[in-house]
Amino acid sequence: MSRGNQNWLVGAWLFLGSMFSSSTWADTQLNMTKGVTAVSREVYDLHMLSLYICTAIGVIVFGAMFWSMAFHRKSKGAKAADFHESTKVEILWTAIPIVILIAMAVPATSTLINMENNDNSDVTIQITGSQWKWHYKYFDENIEYYSVLSTPRAQYENQNGSFDGNGAHKGENYLLEVDKPLVIPANKKVRFLITSDDVIHSWWVPAFAVKQDANPGFINEAWTNVDVPGTYRGQCAELCGKDHGFMPIVVEVKSPEDYDVWLNEQYVLTAKAADAEKASLSTSMSKDELMQLGETTYMAHCSACHQPTGLGLPPTFPALKGSTVATQEPVEQHISLVLSGKGMMPPFGKQLSLNEIAAVVTYERNAWGNETGDLVQSSDVKAASEE
Amino acid sequence: MTTDTINESLDDAHNDHHAHKMTGIKRWLYTTNHKDIGTLYLWFAFIMFLTGGALAMVIRAELFQPGLQIVEPDFFNQLTTVHGLIMVFGAIMPAFTGFANWMIPMMIGAPDMALPRMNNWSFWILPFAFAILLGTFFMESGAPNFGWTFYAPLSTTYSNGSTAFFVFAVHIMGISSIMGAINIVVTIMNLRAPGMTYMKMPLFVWTFFITAYLLIAVMPVLAGVVTMLLTDTYFGTSFFDAAGGGDPVMFQHIFWFFGHPEVYIMILPAFGIVSTTIPAFSRKKLFGYSSMVYATSSIALLSFIVWAHHMFTTGMPLFGELFFMYCTMLIAVPTGVKVFNWVATMWRGSLTFEVPMLFSIAFVILFTIGGFSGLMLALTPVDFQYHDTYFVVAHFHYVLVTGSLFSIYAGAYFWLPKWTGHMFNESLAKWHFWCSLISVNLLFFPMHFLGLAGMPRRIPDYALQFADFNKWVSIGGFAFGLSQLIFLVVVIKCIKGGEKAPAKPWDGAEGLEWTVASPAPYHTFSTPPKVD
Repeated sequence: MSRGNQNWLVGAWLFLGSMFSSSTWADTQLNMTKGVTAVSREVYDLHMLSLYICTAIGVIVFGAMFWSMAFHRKSKGAKAADFHESTKVEILWTAIPIVILIAMAVPATSTLINMENNDNSDVTIQITGSQWKWHYKYFDENIEYYSVLSTPRAQYENQNGSFDGNGAHKGENYLLEVDKPLVIPANKKVRFLITSDDVIHSWWVPAFAVKQDANPGFINEAWTNVDVPGTYRGQCAELCGKDHGFMPIVVEVKSPEDYDVWLNEQYVLTAKAADAEKASLSTSMSKDELMQLGETTYMAHCSACHQPTGLGLPPTFPALKGSTVATQEPVEQHISLVLSGKGMMPPFGKQLSLNEIAAVVTYERNAWGNETGDLVQSSDVKAASEE
Repeated sequence: MTTDTINESLDDAHNDHHAHKMTGIKRWLYTTNHKDIGTLYLWFAFIMFLTGGALAMVIRAELFQPGLQIVEPDFFNQLTTVHGLIMVFGAIMPAFTGFANWMIPMMIGAPDMALPRMNNWSFWILPFAFAILLGTFFMESGAPNFGWTFYAPLSTTYSNGSTAFFVFAVHIMGISSIMGAINIVVTIMNLRAPGMTYMKMPLFVWTFFITAYLLIAVMPVLAGVVTMLLTDTYFGTSFFDAAGGGDPVMFQHIFWFFGHPEVYIMILPAFGIVSTTIPAFSRKKLFGYSSMVYATSSIALLSFIVWAHHMFTTGMPLFGELFFMYCTMLIAVPTGVKVFNWVATMWRGSLTFEVPMLFSIAFVILFTIGGFSGLMLALTPVDFQYHDTYFVVAHFHYVLVTGSLFSIYAGAYFWLPKWTGHMFNESLAKWHFWCSLISVNLLFFPMHFLGLAGMPRRIPDYALQFADFNKWVSIGGFAFGLSQLIFLVVVIKCIKGGEKAPAKPWDGAEGLEWTVASPAPYHTFSTPPKVD
């Protein structure tokens, strides 16, 4: 409470043009971040330049107003003068702003030209937004994965008691944490190709001063070159539906050596996953195993729309509890719906492994009183996907 | 049309001052009187303002602390969407049309608006539009949830079931606005008193004249874009769907080609109001009348070539970004001229601080702060950081609340004695002003910091570093909401009674409206006054 109060007062003073140096600003989260790239620092400087110019103009204009209010009041016996035009003054206060604007436009133009120069990149990553997660695909490497909010639902639904003012029930990076962050090398020009699978999203990392819309059916470009390794957080910036506030972006910037190590780990993981996928085809999981994996998968990928209770949010997001698909239609149809999506529902064939799909279908057909008793195995999913 | 109403309007024309008017509900339903219709618009706008405000209160309650407390995220989106639509189309715009109806005929010495029957219709379709829009809250699908800017494809393929109702409501609002605007243009062009040349019109009339042209130019564009939305959603077209050869960004180009002039539709009349009140309470003529007219016209013209500054992050080519950045920055010049002229009007005046003047001064300062953040937003590279954050929310609320709304209050207090025949309760009105002034800044100023620190707009829950400011913003919001009820009390008291108002209650006021009695007779200027 008191900290907020102080922040506000300090902020109001700073904004009204007090004499604090600009370096005190960045630390207090009142101001734009300076960021960790040459471009973000240029943007910050431009922001401060325009802020100072506006403050100076404000001091002059509001100063003149307050002067009038203090000294030209009728109660003090002020008599109204009768001037009401002056071509000279009017030309002056048209010309001066134009000069000031040009002074702002020049650095803005050069920064912008720099920001829009996407040539000669070292690494290219395709970023695809979808409701409500990000997909990262490394060009030239066989690596791609989804990045999903990892803050537990219990935290934002206040299941551990409501927020007590200190955030005791919420993690440090509440709503700004993901399961798998994007990893990029430091001191390399990284180019992003940004697009979307469904509605418009916007990929924004303040520390890089990169915000670029993800438009379905089109590809936008942006780039960054980060000096300082570290973890940087951002959020989707364009309203993209129900969970717009729940699709954060986390970027881990590693030194080029660490980045190479990370790449190698990914190759190994990818290979292992492929092996496990193959192996799962010839083994069967028990009902308990399927239900357990199914529940985890469901909570991570399906519950945002169909809700943990399986009741959905009709009419936009249908219920699964007692639904025709989950209780009456043949299993094959249920599997293929999960694999290839329908209407607003995205296809999960690319996102989930065979046994995750098998488990989640099993779960949906046996949870919340959907007692079909159907068990689905990876091989069934494989068969359905080949049809 | 019945014989009765024909006779009635003939009577109106012939028996100047004692025309009988209908009583009860029929008076308001059938009225073609510009004063009655102005009153209807103003009350409708205030009711919508309280409705949109109530939605905002729920939004601020949800954002009071982190976590999801009161509403589901999808309902939160419905709230922000309908709050925006109501405030823009239901509160600010009809309030200004109300001013236009009441004041323009009296200011130019005309007996009424030029097209009185159309005037009746343009008001009476509005309640239906908003009934449809608000009715969607009670439908199974819920209200529109894609933001008042309704970007495709969130509003097409991915919308809930209420899109058709939304589109129909917007169509009706658009028809109403176009009819209102045509009426204003025709009235001003044809019914000015003899001797009142264009450059002798009050600046108030000028700003509404220019605004009406903006409305006629862009409302059809809005109608077009919602229709394309409708056919994309229900009739299989692909205007905004890349899979069918369309482009979702084209939606934004068309929308903002309407949307940016729309912003000026909501602020130019405000300029007109404070250009009337500031000279009155400075006891000095408006400084630079003709440059004010030219500045207003240039702002209106520039408003057509800056639309894409709302879209810098959509992936425009460099040349486009530069063009729209330069044009947008250029708007600062005529806007600056206006602000300087108001200050020069006050300079060496003989100032008093009645409530209309208090709201006008607050308008100039706070609108200018909104203008400053607007200038900062114009710089494309920095806009990449500001865009879609609370910095933008702060910016447009400074312009629309402490700008447009405060000017509406200034105008309402200025003309209330003329409208009701009574002086309002000055001390209660001062309470309204000071409570509003303090709470509105607590509400919107910290939003600048939230945006700069990285909080995106339109989110129902936020990271912990935004918690402190959001709490203060919410407290400011509740206080501001409550303060507006004081205005309601002031107005009701003023209608019911109070000190009798003279024909000209403000000694520095100028204009034809002050030459008629207070309250203004039902029919004024049946014989045109002479203006020299």
